[in-house]
Amino acid sequence: MKIAIPVENNSMDASVCFSFGRAPYFLIYDTEKNENRFLDNSAIASQGGAGIKAAQKIADTGVEVLLTPRCGENAAEVFKNAEIKLYKTINSSVEDNLKAFIEGKLQLLGDIHPGFHQHGGN
Amino acid sequence: MKIAVLSGKGGTGKTLVSVNLASVATTSIYVDCDVEEPNGHLFFKPQKLKKEAISVKIPEVNQNQCNGCRACVDFCKFNALAYIKNNVIVFDEVCHSCGGCVLLCPNKAITEKDQNIGLVQRGISENVQVLTGILNTGEPSGVPIIRKLLQTISGDNELTLIDCPPGSACIVMESIKDADYCILVAEPTLFGVHNLNMVQNLVKLFYKPHGVILNKCLDEANPAEDFCLKNQIKILGKIPFNTELGALNSNGLIAVREKQKYHEIFSNLLAAVTREVGSETVINT
Ligand code: SF4
Ligand code: SF4
Repeated sequence: MKIAIPVENNSMDASVCFSFGRAPYFLIYDTEKNENRFLDNSAIASQGGAGIKAAQKIADTGVEVLLTPRCGENAAEVFKNAEIKLYKTINSSVEDNLKAFIEGKLQLLGDIHPGFHQHGGN
Repeated sequence: MKIAVLSGKGGTGKTLVSVNLASVATTSIYVDCDVEEPNGHLFFKPQKLKKEAISVKIPEVNQNQCNGCRACVDFCKFNALAYIKNNVIVFDEVCHSCGGCVLLCPNKAITEKDQNIGLVQRGISENVQVLTGILNTGEPSGVPIIRKLLQTISGDNELTLIDCPPGSACIVMESIKDADYCILVAEPTLFGVHNLNMVQNLVKLFYKPHGVILNKCLDEANPAEDFCLKNQIKILGKIPFNTELGALNSNGLIAVREKQKYHEIFSNLLAAVTREVGSETVINT
Protein backbone atom coordinates (compact mmCIF):
# COMPACT_ATOMS: atom_id res chain seq x y z
CA MET A 1 0.00 0.00 0.00
CA LYS A 2 1.15 3.51 -0.80
CA ILE A 3 0.83 6.31 1.74
CA ALA A 4 1.24 10.04 1.11
CA ILE A 5 2.25 12.72 3.65
CA PRO A 6 2.72 16.48 3.04
CA VAL A 7 6.24 17.39 4.21
CA GLU A 8 8.45 20.45 4.59
CA ASN A 9 11.59 18.94 2.96
CA ASN A 10 12.54 16.12 0.65
CA SER A 11 14.25 14.01 3.28
CA MET A 12 13.03 11.32 5.66
CA ASP A 13 13.66 13.50 8.73
CA ALA A 14 11.47 16.28 7.32
CA SER A 15 8.55 17.36 9.43
CA VAL A 16 4.94 17.01 8.41
CA CYS A 17 3.69 20.20 6.74
CA PHE A 18 0.82 21.94 8.47
CA SER A 19 -0.85 22.88 5.20
CA PHE A 20 -1.80 20.30 2.60
CA GLY A 21 -2.21 22.20 -0.67
CA ARG A 22 0.73 24.51 0.03
CA ALA A 23 3.13 21.80 1.24
CA PRO A 24 6.46 22.00 -0.63
CA TYR A 25 6.75 18.20 -1.03
CA PHE A 26 4.79 15.02 -0.61
CA LEU A 27 6.38 11.87 0.71
CA ILE A 28 5.04 8.76 -1.02
CA TYR A 29 5.81 5.69 1.06
CA ASP A 30 5.31 2.18 -0.27
CA THR A 31 4.71 -0.26 2.61
CA GLU A 32 5.28 -3.41 0.53
CA LYS A 33 8.59 -2.36 -0.97
CA ASN A 34 9.57 -0.24 2.03
CA GLU A 35 10.45 2.48 -0.46
CA ASN A 36 9.93 6.19 -0.36
CA ARG A 37 10.06 8.96 -2.87
CA PHE A 38 9.32 12.67 -2.83
CA LEU A 39 6.96 14.51 -5.08
CA ASP A 40 7.46 18.22 -5.78
CA ASN A 41 4.27 20.10 -5.16
CA SER A 42 3.99 22.21 -8.28
CA ALA A 43 0.60 23.45 -7.06
CA ILE A 44 2.30 25.55 -4.42
CA ALA A 45 2.56 28.51 -6.79
CA SER A 46 -0.92 28.33 -8.27
CA GLN A 47 -3.31 31.25 -8.12
CA GLY A 48 -6.13 29.23 -6.75
CA GLY A 49 -7.27 25.67 -6.44
CA ALA A 50 -3.86 24.61 -5.09
CA GLY A 51 -5.53 21.89 -3.04
CA ILE A 52 -7.28 20.46 -6.10
CA LYS A 53 -4.09 20.35 -8.13
CA ALA A 54 -2.08 18.81 -5.30
CA ALA A 55 -4.80 16.22 -4.69
CA GLN A 56 -4.84 15.36 -8.39
CA LYS A 57 -1.10 14.80 -8.30
CA ILE A 58 -1.34 12.54 -5.30
CA ALA A 59 -4.25 10.61 -6.75
CA ASP A 60 -2.20 10.04 -9.91
CA THR A 61 0.52 8.26 -7.90
CA GLY A 62 -2.00 5.59 -6.90
CA VAL A 63 -1.77 6.08 -3.14
CA GLU A 64 -4.57 4.70 -1.02
CA VAL A 65 -4.01 6.77 2.08
CA LEU A 66 -3.04 10.34 2.96
CA LEU A 67 -1.79 11.29 6.42
CA THR A 68 -2.25 15.02 6.95
CA PRO A 69 -2.95 17.50 9.74
CA ARG A 70 -5.67 19.17 7.67
CA CYS A 71 -7.28 19.24 4.28
CA GLY A 72 -9.39 21.78 2.36
CA GLU A 73 -12.84 20.81 1.18
CA ASN A 74 -12.03 20.82 -2.54
CA ALA A 75 -9.03 18.55 -2.08
CA ALA A 76 -11.14 16.32 0.16
CA GLU A 77 -13.68 16.07 -2.66
CA VAL A 78 -10.96 14.90 -5.06
CA PHE A 79 -9.80 12.31 -2.54
CA LYS A 80 -13.33 11.10 -1.96
CA ASN A 81 -13.77 10.50 -5.69
CA ALA A 82 -10.36 8.86 -5.87
CA GLU A 83 -11.28 6.65 -2.89
CA ILE A 84 -8.24 7.81 -0.96
CA LYS A 85 -8.70 7.77 2.80
CA LEU A 86 -7.52 10.67 4.94
CA TYR A 87 -6.04 10.15 8.40
CA LYS A 88 -5.12 12.86 10.88
CA THR A 89 -1.47 13.12 11.84
CA ILE A 90 -0.60 13.09 15.55
CA ASN A 91 2.62 15.13 15.51
CA SER A 92 5.18 16.53 13.08
CA SER A 93 7.31 13.37 12.81
CA VAL A 94 6.95 11.39 9.58
CA GLU A 95 8.21 8.24 11.26
CA ASP A 96 5.83 8.45 14.23
CA ASN A 97 2.87 8.93 11.95
CA LEU A 98 3.75 6.07 9.61
CA LYS A 99 4.25 3.80 12.59
CA ALA A 100 0.99 4.88 14.21
CA PHE A 101 -0.88 4.37 10.97
CA ILE A 102 0.51 0.88 10.42
CA GLU A 103 -0.43 -0.01 14.00
CA GLY A 104 -3.94 1.25 13.29
CA LYS A 105 -3.71 4.10 15.76
CA LEU A 106 -4.53 7.04 13.50
CA GLN A 107 -8.04 8.38 13.24
CA LEU A 108 -9.82 9.39 10.08
CA LEU A 109 -9.61 13.14 9.41
CA GLY A 110 -12.98 14.51 10.39
CA ASP A 111 -12.87 18.26 10.18
CA ILE A 112 -12.52 19.46 6.63
CA HIS A 113 -11.99 23.21 6.53
CA PRO A 114 -13.27 25.54 3.83
CA GLY A 115 -10.44 26.43 1.47
CA PHE A 116 -8.76 29.76 0.86
CA HIS A 117 -9.65 29.64 -2.78
CA GLN A 118 -11.56 32.89 -2.97
CA HIS A 119 -11.14 35.09 -5.94
CA GLY A 120 -8.44 37.62 -5.13
CA GLY A 121 -7.81 35.99 -1.80
CA ASN A 122 -9.04 38.73 0.47
CA MET B 1 -19.24 61.94 -13.19
CA LYS B 2 -18.47 58.71 -11.38
CA ILE B 3 -17.19 58.81 -7.84
CA ALA B 4 -16.06 55.68 -6.04
CA VAL B 5 -16.19 55.58 -2.25
CA LEU B 6 -13.70 53.24 -0.60
CA SER B 7 -12.30 52.21 2.73
CA GLY B 8 -9.81 49.63 3.91
CA LYS B 9 -12.34 47.78 6.01
CA GLY B 10 -16.05 47.76 6.67
CA GLY B 11 -17.69 50.01 9.25
CA THR B 12 -15.70 53.18 8.56
CA GLY B 13 -18.70 55.06 7.19
CA LYS B 14 -18.29 54.26 3.51
CA THR B 15 -22.01 53.66 3.07
CA LEU B 16 -22.92 56.67 5.22
CA VAL B 17 -20.80 58.87 2.97
CA SER B 18 -22.02 57.44 -0.35
CA VAL B 19 -25.69 57.40 0.63
CA ASN B 20 -25.68 60.96 1.97
CA LEU B 21 -23.65 62.40 -0.90
CA ALA B 22 -26.02 60.79 -3.38
CA SER B 23 -29.06 62.13 -1.49
CA VAL B 24 -27.77 65.68 -1.26
CA ALA B 25 -27.33 66.04 -5.04
CA THR B 26 -30.22 67.27 -7.19
CA THR B 27 -30.39 63.93 -8.88
CA SER B 28 -27.93 61.08 -8.76
CA ILE B 29 -27.32 57.38 -9.08
CA TYR B 30 -26.18 55.29 -6.14
CA VAL B 31 -24.52 51.98 -6.99
CA ASP B 32 -23.90 49.44 -4.26
CA CYS B 33 -20.95 47.29 -5.31
CA ASP B 34 -20.49 45.85 -1.83
CA VAL B 35 -22.23 42.77 -3.19
CA GLU B 36 -21.51 40.51 -0.26
CA GLU B 37 -23.20 42.88 2.14
CA PRO B 38 -25.13 45.56 0.28
CA ASN B 39 -26.50 48.00 2.87
CA GLY B 40 -27.32 51.11 0.87
CA HIS B 41 -30.81 49.92 -0.04
CA LEU B 42 -31.67 49.62 3.65
CA PHE B 43 -31.35 53.43 3.84
CA PHE B 44 -32.88 54.29 0.50
CA LYS B 45 -35.74 51.78 0.70
CA PRO B 46 -36.08 52.09 -3.08
CA GLN B 47 -39.47 51.75 -4.79
CA LYS B 48 -40.52 50.28 -8.13
CA LEU B 49 -37.97 47.52 -7.87
CA LYS B 50 -36.78 45.73 -10.97
CA LYS B 51 -34.66 42.64 -10.52
CA GLU B 52 -32.38 40.93 -12.97
CA ALA B 53 -30.76 37.58 -12.25
CA ILE B 54 -27.04 37.32 -12.97
CA SER B 55 -25.47 34.06 -13.97
CA VAL B 56 -22.09 32.78 -15.05
CA LYS B 57 -21.20 29.94 -17.39
CA ILE B 58 -19.88 26.78 -15.78
CA PRO B 59 -18.53 23.87 -17.82
CA GLU B 60 -20.37 20.59 -17.85
CA VAL B 61 -18.62 17.44 -19.02
CA ASN B 62 -20.27 14.70 -20.99
CA GLN B 63 -18.24 11.83 -19.59
CA ASN B 64 -19.24 9.52 -22.48
CA GLN B 65 -17.53 11.76 -24.98
CA CYS B 66 -14.43 12.27 -22.82
CA ASN B 67 -11.39 10.11 -23.58
CA GLY B 68 -9.39 11.26 -20.59
CA CYS B 69 -6.77 13.26 -22.47
CA ARG B 70 -6.69 15.76 -19.58
CA ALA B 71 -6.09 18.71 -21.86
CA CYS B 72 -8.76 20.61 -19.93
CA VAL B 73 -7.29 19.78 -16.52
CA ASP B 74 -3.81 20.88 -17.58
CA PHE B 75 -5.14 24.04 -19.17
CA CYS B 76 -7.26 25.43 -16.35
CA LYS B 77 -4.97 27.79 -14.51
CA PHE B 78 -7.46 28.09 -11.66
CA ASN B 79 -7.30 24.32 -11.11
CA ALA B 80 -11.06 24.08 -11.25
CA LEU B 81 -10.91 20.67 -12.95
CA ALA B 82 -9.66 17.28 -11.81
CA TYR B 83 -9.57 13.95 -13.59
CA ILE B 84 -10.24 11.08 -11.21
CA LYS B 85 -11.24 7.50 -11.98
CA ASN B 86 -12.11 8.26 -15.60
CA ASN B 87 -14.25 11.24 -14.75
CA VAL B 88 -13.68 14.97 -15.04
CA ILE B 89 -14.77 16.76 -11.86
CA VAL B 90 -15.70 20.44 -12.13
CA PHE B 91 -15.31 22.66 -9.06
CA ASP B 92 -17.96 25.27 -9.74
CA GLU B 93 -16.81 27.72 -7.07
CA VAL B 94 -13.24 27.67 -8.32
CA CYS B 95 -14.12 28.10 -12.00
CA HIS B 96 -13.73 31.64 -13.34
CA SER B 97 -15.91 31.01 -16.39
CA CYS B 98 -13.14 31.74 -18.87
CA GLY B 99 -14.60 29.25 -21.34
CA GLY B 100 -11.13 27.95 -22.23
CA CYS B 101 -11.72 24.30 -21.48
CA VAL B 102 -14.87 24.29 -23.63
CA LEU B 103 -12.95 25.51 -26.67
CA LEU B 104 -10.00 23.31 -25.99
CA CYS B 105 -11.53 19.86 -25.53
CA PRO B 106 -10.54 17.86 -28.63
CA ASN B 107 -13.61 15.64 -28.23
CA LYS B 108 -16.16 18.40 -27.70
CA ALA B 109 -17.08 16.76 -24.43
CA ILE B 110 -17.50 20.04 -22.57
CA THR B 111 -20.52 22.32 -22.82
CA GLU B 112 -21.59 25.23 -20.64
CA LYS B 113 -24.50 25.65 -18.29
CA ASP B 114 -25.76 28.81 -16.63
CA GLN B 115 -25.29 29.10 -12.93
CA ASN B 116 -27.12 31.81 -11.03
CA ILE B 117 -24.82 33.75 -8.71
CA GLY B 118 -26.98 36.66 -7.62
CA LEU B 119 -28.91 39.63 -8.92
CA VAL B 120 -28.92 43.29 -9.78
CA GLN B 121 -31.80 45.29 -8.35
CA ARG B 122 -32.90 48.73 -9.54
CA GLY B 123 -35.23 51.15 -7.81
CA ILE B 124 -35.97 54.78 -7.06
CA SER B 125 -35.69 56.65 -3.80
CA GLU B 126 -36.85 60.27 -4.26
CA ASN B 127 -34.02 61.97 -6.22
CA VAL B 128 -31.78 58.92 -6.30
CA GLN B 129 -31.72 55.94 -8.63
CA VAL B 130 -30.59 53.03 -6.51
CA LEU B 131 -28.71 50.08 -8.03
CA THR B 132 -27.83 47.18 -5.81
CA GLY B 133 -25.72 44.13 -6.56
CA ILE B 134 -26.46 41.07 -4.47
CA LEU B 135 -24.19 38.02 -4.47
CA ASN B 136 -25.66 34.71 -3.31
CA THR B 137 -23.96 33.47 -0.17
CA GLY B 138 -21.29 30.89 -0.90
CA GLU B 139 -20.46 32.27 -4.34
CA PRO B 140 -16.77 33.11 -4.49
CA SER B 141 -16.71 36.11 -6.80
CA GLY B 142 -18.97 39.11 -7.15
CA VAL B 143 -17.00 40.45 -10.09
CA PRO B 144 -19.61 39.47 -12.74
CA ILE B 145 -22.29 41.33 -10.76
CA ILE B 146 -20.12 44.43 -10.44
CA ARG B 147 -19.41 44.35 -14.16
CA LYS B 148 -23.13 44.26 -14.83
CA LEU B 149 -23.77 47.17 -12.45
CA LEU B 150 -21.09 49.32 -14.04
CA GLN B 151 -22.13 48.38 -17.54
CA THR B 152 -25.65 49.55 -16.68
CA ILE B 153 -24.40 53.04 -15.81
CA SER B 154 -21.54 53.28 -18.27
CA GLY B 155 -23.24 55.67 -20.69
CA ASP B 156 -24.70 57.87 -17.99
CA ASN B 157 -23.38 61.36 -17.26
CA GLU B 158 -25.39 61.62 -14.09
CA LEU B 159 -23.55 62.10 -10.81
CA THR B 160 -22.90 58.53 -9.66
CA LEU B 161 -21.72 57.36 -6.26
CA ILE B 162 -20.17 53.89 -6.27
CA ASP B 163 -20.18 52.28 -2.84
CA CYS B 164 -17.23 49.87 -3.13
CA PRO B 165 -16.59 46.64 -1.25
CA PRO B 166 -14.20 47.06 1.69
CA GLY B 167 -10.56 46.04 1.38
CA SER B 168 -8.29 46.05 -1.63
CA ALA B 169 -8.96 42.75 -3.40
CA CYS B 170 -9.64 42.52 -7.12
CA ILE B 171 -13.35 43.06 -6.57
CA VAL B 172 -12.47 46.59 -5.39
CA MET B 173 -10.26 47.18 -8.43
CA GLU B 174 -13.18 46.18 -10.62
CA SER B 175 -15.40 48.70 -8.81
CA ILE B 176 -13.08 51.68 -9.24
CA LYS B 177 -12.00 50.96 -12.81
CA ASP B 178 -14.41 53.43 -14.42
CA ALA B 179 -14.40 56.01 -11.63
CA ASP B 180 -13.37 59.61 -12.35
CA TYR B 181 -12.52 60.20 -8.73
CA CYS B 182 -12.07 58.16 -5.55
CA ILE B 183 -13.12 59.19 -2.06
CA LEU B 184 -11.29 57.38 0.70
CA VAL B 185 -13.14 57.30 4.00
CA ALA B 186 -10.86 57.15 7.04
CA GLU B 187 -11.31 56.76 10.77
CA PRO B 188 -9.24 58.84 13.22
CA THR B 189 -7.23 55.95 14.63
CA LEU B 190 -3.89 54.30 13.95
CA PHE B 191 -5.71 51.34 12.51
CA GLY B 192 -7.57 53.81 10.31
CA VAL B 193 -4.23 55.07 9.03
CA HIS B 194 -3.17 51.54 8.19
CA ASN B 195 -6.36 50.99 6.19
CA LEU B 196 -6.10 54.36 4.53
CA ASN B 197 -2.56 53.62 3.46
CA MET B 198 -3.71 50.33 1.96
CA VAL B 199 -6.56 51.77 -0.14
CA GLN B 200 -4.47 54.76 -1.13
CA ASN B 201 -1.87 52.41 -2.59
CA LEU B 202 -4.62 50.77 -4.57
CA VAL B 203 -6.03 53.98 -6.08
CA LYS B 204 -2.49 55.19 -6.84
CA LEU B 205 -1.92 51.97 -8.73
CA PHE B 206 -4.81 52.94 -11.01
CA TYR B 207 -3.70 56.59 -11.20
CA LYS B 208 -7.06 57.68 -9.85
CA PRO B 209 -7.36 61.22 -8.49
CA HIS B 210 -8.48 60.91 -4.91
CA GLY B 211 -9.17 62.67 -1.65
CA VAL B 212 -9.98 61.73 1.90
CA ILE B 213 -13.07 62.29 4.01
CA LEU B 214 -12.22 62.08 7.68
CA ASN B 215 -15.07 60.39 9.49
CA LYS B 216 -15.91 60.18 13.19
CA CYS B 217 -13.89 63.31 13.99
CA LEU B 218 -13.55 64.44 17.60
CA ASP B 219 -11.73 67.45 18.99
CA GLU B 220 -8.55 65.52 19.54
CA ALA B 221 -5.51 64.21 17.74
CA ASN B 222 -6.41 62.59 14.42
CA PRO B 223 -3.71 60.25 13.11
CA ALA B 224 -5.52 59.92 9.77
CA GLU B 225 -5.45 63.69 9.32
CA ASP B 226 -1.75 63.80 10.19
CA PHE B 227 -1.12 61.05 7.66
CA CYS B 228 -2.90 63.02 4.92
CA LEU B 229 -1.02 66.23 5.72
CA LYS B 230 2.29 64.45 5.83
CA ASN B 231 1.70 62.64 2.53
CA GLN B 232 -0.02 65.57 0.84
CA ILE B 233 -3.28 63.76 0.31
CA LYS B 234 -6.21 66.07 -0.33
CA ILE B 235 -8.61 66.30 2.63
CA LEU B 236 -12.11 66.86 1.27
CA GLY B 237 -13.70 67.47 4.63
CA LYS B 238 -14.63 66.08 7.98
CA ILE B 239 -17.70 64.43 9.41
CA PRO B 240 -18.08 64.98 13.14
CA PHE B 241 -18.58 62.11 15.52
CA ASN B 242 -21.82 62.54 17.40
CA THR B 243 -24.52 60.34 18.80
CA GLU B 244 -27.27 61.99 16.77
CA LEU B 245 -25.69 61.10 13.47
CA GLY B 246 -24.91 57.63 14.80
CA ALA B 247 -28.53 57.16 15.87
CA LEU B 248 -29.95 58.34 12.53
CA ASN B 249 -27.60 56.00 10.75
CA SER B 250 -28.30 52.96 12.89
CA ASN B 251 -32.03 53.52 12.43
CA GLY B 252 -31.55 53.28 8.69
CA LEU B 253 -32.32 56.97 8.13
CA ILE B 254 -30.52 59.20 5.67
CA ALA B 255 -29.14 62.07 7.76
CA VAL B 256 -29.33 64.73 5.03
CA ARG B 257 -33.03 63.98 4.52
CA GLU B 258 -33.70 64.37 8.23
CA LYS B 259 -31.68 67.37 9.42
CA GLN B 260 -30.65 70.59 7.74
CA LYS B 261 -27.35 70.50 9.66
CA TYR B 262 -26.23 67.32 7.91
CA HIS B 263 -27.60 68.54 4.63
CA GLU B 264 -25.11 71.40 4.91
CA ILE B 265 -22.18 69.23 5.88
CA PHE B 266 -22.71 66.84 2.98
CA SER B 267 -23.48 69.62 0.49
CA ASN B 268 -20.12 71.11 1.36
CA LEU B 269 -18.44 67.74 0.96
CA LEU B 270 -20.08 67.20 -2.39
CA ALA B 271 -19.05 70.70 -3.46
CA ALA B 272 -15.47 69.92 -2.43
CA VAL B 273 -15.54 66.71 -4.45
CA THR B 274 -17.04 68.38 -7.52
CA ARG B 275 -14.45 71.12 -7.35
CA GLU B 276 -11.78 68.46 -7.30
CA VAL B 277 -13.21 66.67 -10.27
CA GLY B 278 -13.55 69.99 -12.01
CA SER B 279 -17.06 69.34 -13.20
CA GLU B 280 -20.11 71.52 -12.82
CA THR B 281 -22.77 69.42 -11.28
CA VAL B 282 -25.51 71.55 -9.79
CA ILE B 283 -25.74 71.16 -6.08
CA ASN B 284 -29.04 71.44 -4.37
CA THR B 285 -28.61 73.63 -1.29
S1 SF4 C 1 -10.24 17.85 -22.69
FE1 SF4 C 1 -12.17 16.86 -23.13
S2 SF4 C 1 -11.62 14.76 -23.62
FE2 SF4 C 1 -9.85 15.68 -22.63
S3 SF4 C 1 -10.14 15.15 -20.45
FE3 SF4 C 1 -11.07 17.16 -20.75
S4 SF4 C 1 -13.20 16.68 -21.18
FE4 SF4 C 1 -12.10 14.81 -21.45
S1 SF4 D 1 -14.15 27.66 -17.85
FE1 SF4 D 1 -12.00 28.31 -17.55
S2 SF4 D 1 -11.85 28.51 -15.33
FE2 SF4 D 1 -13.68 27.31 -15.70
S3 SF4 D 1 -12.99 25.19 -15.62
FE3 SF4 D 1 -12.88 25.81 -17.77
S4 SF4 D 1 -10.77 26.49 -18.04
FE4 SF4 D 1 -11.15 26.44 -15.84
